[in-house]
Amino acid sequence: MESQNQKRIDLIFSNYTSSKYKVLEQTLQREADDIISELMDSGLKGRGNVGFPTGMKWKFARREVSDTKYVICNANESETGTFKDREILERVPRKVLSGMAICGYCIGAKKGIIYLRHEYSYLKENLQNELAIFHDYVKLFNLDFTIEVFSGSGSYVSGEESALIESIEGYRAEPRNKPPFPVTNGLYGCPTVVNNVETFATAQVIFRIGAEDFLKLGTQYSSGSKLFSISGDTKNPGIHELELGTTIEEVVNEFGDKNIKSIQVGGASGYCIPQRLFAETVIGYEGITTGGSMIFFNNTRSMYKVLHEYLRFFAEESCGLCTPCRIGTQQLLKGIEAVKKGEKPDSYIDVLKKLAVSMKLSSKCGLGQSVANPFISILDNFKEEILY
Amino acid sequence: MPEIKSIIKDHISKHGTDRNNLLPLLQRIVQQENYLSEESLLEVAETLKISPADVYGTASFYTYLDTVPRGKYIIRMCRNVSCMMQQQAEVLSAISAQLKIKVGETSSDKHFTLLQANCLGWCHKAPAMMINNEVYNELTPEKARQIIKEYQQK
Repeated sequence: MESQNQKRIDLIFSNYTSSKYKVLEQTLQREADDIISELMDSGLKGRGNVGFPTGMKWKFARREVSDTKYVICNANESETGTFKDREILERVPRKVLSGMAICGYCIGAKKGIIYLRHEYSYLKENLQNELAIFHDYVKLFNLDFTIEVFSGSGSYVSGEESALIESIEGYRAEPRNKPPFPVTNGLYGCPTVVNNVETFATAQVIFRIGAEDFLKLGTQYSSGSKLFSISGDTKNPGIHELELGTTIEEVVNEFGDKNIKSIQVGGASGYCIPQRLFAETVIGYEGITTGGSMIFFNNTRSMYKVLHEYLRFFAEESCGLCTPCRIGTQQLLKGIEAVKKGEKPDSYIDVLKKLAVSMKLSSKCGLGQSVANPFISILDNFKEEILY
Repeated sequence: MPEIKSIIKDHISKHGTDRNNLLPLLQRIVQQENYLSEESLLEVAETLKISPADVYGTASFYTYLDTVPRGKYIIRMCRNVSCMMQQQAEVLSAISAQLKIKVGETSSDKHFTLLQANCLGWCHKAPAMMINNEVYNELTPEKARQIIKEYQQK
């Protein structure tokens, strides 16, 4: 399909060269401090969802003094509506492995681990084959760095970096108290960089094109481009790379139609953007941040069903460690069911809203803290659908 | 049980008995047995010198480490929003009708277990399901019936 949108980018999936691991080879010629400064200059922020500056993360891990350090690639992509990391690992795994190896070189880590969610087990064989090639090249480049794949066993909260580390160590994937952060006390207590699949691939892209060119894309606060996983009521579902700073309206014009009443940006933990806010909502750190999930809803869809499914999801995936999240997710779910059935008055919704706000303030990790995002944004914009 | 013992023995001879072996070991047993029996969990606990409660607590935390008996083929139909919007319910009831089991049940011949799963990462090709580790997407009730038929003959 011909695209009219000027903001379509093709960096992550492009096959720019036939020679394997060229960018890795070239980058390893440079000083580690120089590489990290370029990453910081590029303004790259974590592409998972949180958006922590990647260069800073690498810098913190580099300055730690330790014989053992780790590089972990977070491939536990479990946010509902997201499938970009799977496609990256399937189509351009070399970019991810290169990004990890460059990170290892910069921070002084000899070992990398890909935490691959169980649902993506089918990728494992191809990844192992690519790793065999990768390890030959790394030897050729005189870099002491190996990568292994660790299979997850099915847990959404494992995407939280400290929970992911607990899981590799053989425990329940319960988030740790922070600080200390993984960059100082990560896997087995050693300094550890945990980055998302897309973050490593984007870092490789930056080392290829240079921070200057990367900064030409996006905005002052949100540099570069990013992958978006688009699904729901759209004629063109799939993965699309867009410049950050794009408005929801531009995305809807390209992928949706005039019947789109709302878009859920960022999956279950993200926000519902109603039609009246499409034009003014910018995708980026100055507007709405996202791991890239965008689900389109047209006029025929019930937002009650959507919210109900998100709450059921959270109640199931809450690790159960902290009370606000464990109890809160269940009470919100029961609460909207009771209001819908008329067992509770409409005003009960306001009590539930207060609970969601408390969860945001008092939950231990991002899971419990983010339940309020869909809850309040769907409720504020589609209250009548929730009540009646 | 002899099989489980040999899996455990093989694993620890290669990787040792450190705690980080727990999940890979449990994964291997599930691959062999489709679930973790009480005996398997106890055997693992004893070998890795971890309390049985801790082993059970860890295993039961994870969706794909089942602690109840499952069929040879575990069907997991994605239930999240994008699949919900594309006939997920119709596909699920077609499978359920064909196998004569409800969600959560295992067929009496232990050939199939039917479950629902959280996002499988195929939202652009919804609805999707996994049968063991095999992915099937862009399902319709008819396509799903055909796939199940093939598994019934396995």
